[in-house]
Amino acid sequence: MTQRVGIEVSRSIAIAVKLANVDVVSAYPITPQTHIVEDISELVANGELDASYIPVESEHSAMSACLGASAVGARTFTATAGQGLELMHEVLYVASFMRLPIVMAVADRALSAPISIWGDHSDVMAVRDTGWIQIFAANGQETFDNVLCAFRIAEDRRVLLPVMIHLDGFQLTHVIEPIYILESSEVDKFLPPHEYPLPLDPDRPITMGGLAPPNIYTETKKAQQVNLTAAKEVILQAWKEFGDIFGRYYSPVESYRCEGAKVILLAMGSFSETAMSAVDSMREEGKEVGLIKLCLWRPFPFAELRQAVKDADTLLVLDRALSFGGPGGPVASEIRSALYGLDKRPKVIGFVGGLGGRVISPSGFREIINRGIEISQAGSEQEFEMFGVRE
Amino acid sequence: MEKYAVFVPKLIAKRESFAPGHRACVGCGEALAVRQACKALGRDAIIVNATGCMEVIATPIPYTSWRLPWIHTLFENAAATASGVEAGLKAMVRKGKRPAKEIRVVAMAGDGGTSDIGLQALSGALERGHDFLYICFDNEAYMNTGIQRSSATPYGASTTTAPAGKLSIGQVTWKKNMPAIAAAHDIPYVATACPSYPFDLMAKVEKGVSTPGPAYIHILSVCPTGWRCAPDLTVRIGRLAVETGIFPLYEIENGKYKLTIDVPQLRPVRDYLKLQGRFRHLSEEKVLEIQNRVNVDYARLKEKVACSQKLNS
Repeated sequence: MTQRVGIEVSRSIAIAVKLANVDVVSAYPITPQTHIVEDISELVANGELDASYIPVESEHSAMSACLGASAVGARTFTATAGQGLELMHEVLYVASFMRLPIVMAVADRALSAPISIWGDHSDVMAVRDTGWIQIFAANGQETFDNVLCAFRIAEDRRVLLPVMIHLDGFQLTHVIEPIYILESSEVDKFLPPHEYPLPLDPDRPITMGGLAPPNIYTETKKAQQVNLTAAKEVILQAWKEFGDIFGRYYSPVESYRCEGAKVILLAMGSFSETAMSAVDSMREEGKEVGLIKLCLWRPFPFAELRQAVKDADTLLVLDRALSFGGPGGPVASEIRSALYGLDKRPKVIGFVGGLGGRVISPSGFREIINRGIEISQAGSEQEFEMFGVRE
Repeated sequence: MEKYAVFVPKLIAKRESFAPGHRACVGCGEALAVRQACKALGRDAIIVNATGCMEVIATPIPYTSWRLPWIHTLFENAAATASGVEAGLKAMVRKGKRPAKEIRVVAMAGDGGTSDIGLQALSGALERGHDFLYICFDNEAYMNTGIQRSSATPYGASTTTAPAGKLSIGQVTWKKNMPAIAAAHDIPYVATACPSYPFDLMAKVEKGVSTPGPAYIHILSVCPTGWRCAPDLTVRIGRLAVETGIFPLYEIENGKYKLTIDVPQLRPVRDYLKLQGRFRHLSEEKVLEIQNRVNVDYARLKEKVACSQKLNS
């Protein structure tokens, strides 16, 4: 029987990895991801999970070892954060192009310099274009559920792509939440055994990772684009089936109290939960504000997003990353471009905040919403604003 | 010589796992070494290749020269990728997801991919004790990108990023001793080889893959393009490297050194250097300096061999 237990979110990921019965885990320690792999190593050391744990000497090698393990058909998991994700950068492209269904939990963290071990989305945004499926979790339950969904999605023959599950460093990794932990028999109903269609095998020799001259490189990239875009249908199916079995449904774009809302705030990850409190209190005051939680980052849910904001006049986007010298936050940029072609579209105002572990409280979100309304009404051409800077 | 022609085909595998038709330069010592190594590996092997000449010449999509399962991912991570292959196979066999057949995992990289950019990943994989063979095909510079110096380029060689000029002899550092670095990890098997000595090379590859745990083989691969030598001299130059003591052939089995090709009387290094354009600019004085260094290094190696023999008796 499924039990709801108080557990640190990182530890629940380790349990999800155990329930998925992974074959190989290859990881390098980095805060705030360490609790995940510490727990996994413990499960392996105690014989609770039969897997090869490779304690590699860097994140570059962590992901490289995942490539090798996945290429022989092993179910493969790793976790990282911040600088670790950056060190993996070039390896991430290889995983997606070579159709290796690796699952990785990313405890999103700020980037050096100055060094900061605390959370923001600078690391995620830097790997935006690596061709991975990327899902943001807003709380512990979403993290646990989506790690299981990630294996199912990644290994689907129509997909065969690596998946990142993003959870905010510290703000999610290190908090204890009540989480429904599934039983192994229940997970088996949802997650079939992994059968990689064409693994490295002396009985059927294949060449993986050859050289693409200019006469074929473009076609390989087109194939990748078609593949990743089409993965959305499978993601939706997996989430639907997960919901049908376990009663918790997920979607690419979640609207919260958006009925009749003229002003909508869009956030990602755990901050969207905090923003809910702000929206609740403003609604009580009779203000027509709502919240959108963007859960699926890649493939980008264009249709769902356009549908969710179609009646709004103003869309405020909170980015936890900054594109220096550019238009502000990367998420706001993408959303502007996603809406640009529409006849009727809300004015998009970007906010950059919550960098390097800086907390935005419910009253902070109220400030953001009020400030956004102010900018919108003033008809300002301002692209974005940094929130909460001490001056 | 007649007898040699009769017996050789019986002594080695006919199967060519590295098929002809690839685009290596004429006289490529590395392609020759890969071919010989594959003959020794047999069919139950998985190759993990670093970026370099071999991936460029042999796998332009949609063609491949590889008849063994082969994967190339990046430049510096062959040892790490091989770690994953080995760990993945082990876990799957243990869990009954793959038949319990022994598959040999072999990582291949050039001298840049080994002694420079890939050194960390290699050290990690050797230290962790994965059961795999790592082969470094050493052509003593970044030949694939146009003959730039690496840490394996020998002293005095002219390359495109350490060119000989009025103020420089070219490479001003001595070749990094990769086999010694591998041996410092206390792995069960380390060897040097050269395709000019095919039976020695194949015996070492066979021994390397059969040894449980990590094994490292460093193969000198003559590169006529980068060494500025005649392409029909590949095999002869390889032999001269050994006969002059510049590249001695030895193995280190569980810490014990053994010269597999013992050269009682070394030839002068000049015999080796003079056939290659990359050393053409060297003065007599510099040649003497190289000769002295080789004498010392060779004597040290002999001492280690003698010491190992003493331990055996």
